[in-house]
Amino acid sequence: MKLSMASSPHNHSQKSVRSLMITVICACIPGILTQAYFFGFGVLIQLVIALVTASAVEAAILKLRNKPILPALNDGSAWLTAVLLAISIPPLAPWWITVIGIIFAIAMVKQLYGGLGFNIFNPAMGAYVLLLIAFPVQMTSWMPAEQLLTTAIPLSDQLALIFTQMNGTGLTLDDVRVNADGVTMATPLDAIKTAVSQNYTVSEAMLGMQFSDYAGIGWQWVNVAYLLGGIYLIKTKVINWHIPVSLIATLAICSAIGYIVSPGTQAGSAFHLFSGATMLGAFFIATDPVSACTTDKGRLIFGAAIGLLIYLIRHFGGYPDAVAFAVLLMNMAVPLIEHYTQPRTYGHGAKK
Amino acid sequence: MSQLKSLMKEGMWGNNPALVQLLGLCPLLAVSSTVTNALGLGIATLLVLVGSNVTVSLVRNWVPKDIRIPVFVMIIAAFVTIIQLLMNAYTFGLYQSLGIFIPLIVTNCAIIGRAEAFASKNNALLSAWDGIMMGLGFAMVLLVLGAMREILGQGTLFDGANLLLGDWATILRIELFKLDSQFLVAILPPGAFLGLGLLIAGKNVIDEQLKAKATPTDAPEKAPRARVTSLT
Repeated sequence: MKLSMASSPHNHSQKSVRSLMITVICACIPGILTQAYFFGFGVLIQLVIALVTASAVEAAILKLRNKPILPALNDGSAWLTAVLLAISIPPLAPWWITVIGIIFAIAMVKQLYGGLGFNIFNPAMGAYVLLLIAFPVQMTSWMPAEQLLTTAIPLSDQLALIFTQMNGTGLTLDDVRVNADGVTMATPLDAIKTAVSQNYTVSEAMLGMQFSDYAGIGWQWVNVAYLLGGIYLIKTKVINWHIPVSLIATLAICSAIGYIVSPGTQAGSAFHLFSGATMLGAFFIATDPVSACTTDKGRLIFGAAIGLLIYLIRHFGGYPDAVAFAVLLMNMAVPLIEHYTQPRTYGHGAKK
Repeated sequence: MSQLKSLMKEGMWGNNPALVQLLGLCPLLAVSSTVTNALGLGIATLLVLVGSNVTVSLVRNWVPKDIRIPVFVMIIAAFVTIIQLLMNAYTFGLYQSLGIFIPLIVTNCAIIGRAEAFASKNNALLSAWDGIMMGLGFAMVLLVLGAMREILGQGTLFDGANLLLGDWATILRIELFKLDSQFLVAILPPGAFLGLGLLIAGKNVIDEQLKAKATPTDAPEKAPRARVTSLT
């Protein structure tokens, strides 16, 4: 009889980088479809542009660095970055926005630091912030939900807007946005911010037609879809619960306190949780395995700090949404957090 | 003669104040948004550097060691004041657009660094040459960075050169391409950091290639060490 001896670890995880990345991409699908339903097919076009560019840039940089191309392309991390960036930018943004963003994300934020596993910052969010600062007009031109448009924009016009910045009849994106209902409709977060700065109360602002009972029309369902995708990720153990739960809890508590103190100028928890990129950020972006904390205690602190920063920037900052800034700021704090939250090694450093 | 040559190489490339010593980054990053600003600050820094190096070198034997730093700062401040008044008189537009960064030349570590590391140990002629070369190296990096940022951000070169060189210089303005939407990041401070990072990376790549060409044999690699200044 032959006894085979297996060395530890005995319990194998069948997860490879590739399967993890593909699972995360799949978990985005409900959110992407909801986004496409409410905000038009633009997001799918942006996805295609982003995926193609990401593959090309990744291959080109790997070639420059004399690294094997196929294994790195196949692990899917570049595609995940592409997906996350494509769903973060306005669906009808010009094509070069996506291309510049992806080049920056892959070449500068990821590969210049040494490729997957070495990047300090989340590539998709680094690129998002670059685009937001470089092209504020294009990056804030969100269309209102299609259900609010008097006439839906046909697919051919959406394609034309993305690639030539004009629709079939020669109107620019700004014209189209105004034509929809006579006024440009800001995103819910933006609308609240503007209204409060003009001394309206939040409840007055929420009478606007882009709002439903809790948050913006469309936006709240997009957030619900990402929440579902996120729960699937936790269930399949692709991500841990610590970061999303502490992020969402902190954001909810902070906004609840704000609402109690000053209901006129601050929207409540439900609005904050289901507006903008909260759920996408909590489950898909803040949980990036490379740039987030890896200790459990650290993850709780990391998530909570992001939640707090999102609340602070949304309420006091100059930009309507804050997920990207909050994540990048906390990415910088990760080494410090990890330094102070190292778990005790078995047999060392026990309390006397 | 060979010492002059090696000083030139050190200042322009091997020990470049901006790319290798990383000194004086504050003005470097803040005013390199256009070529004109970069050129103005580069020349101002160059003049101050030469003046302070020569003066420090001349008085080096009479300055007690314990109070040399305050003395050097006073000397530098005097030259900066001269430059500031001259710019105020002759290039008023540029004086306004550089603003606080002209008086701040006093605190440019590249200048006090050269005074301390070189001028206080060498004669006036060598110090002047070192000041010229270090100043040129600094100005060169400023110019390249300014050109990168101006091209990316505005699509122009030498925009506003008349502020520095007089009215005839308006013809220097080159419009490379017209952008519907500016690449704002290039003009904002983050663009300066990104640009400088790329420049340093580029220099290191060239150095690596030169080294690989010079020594084809595999010499054992020494532990990397950050060199701040060179004393020789």
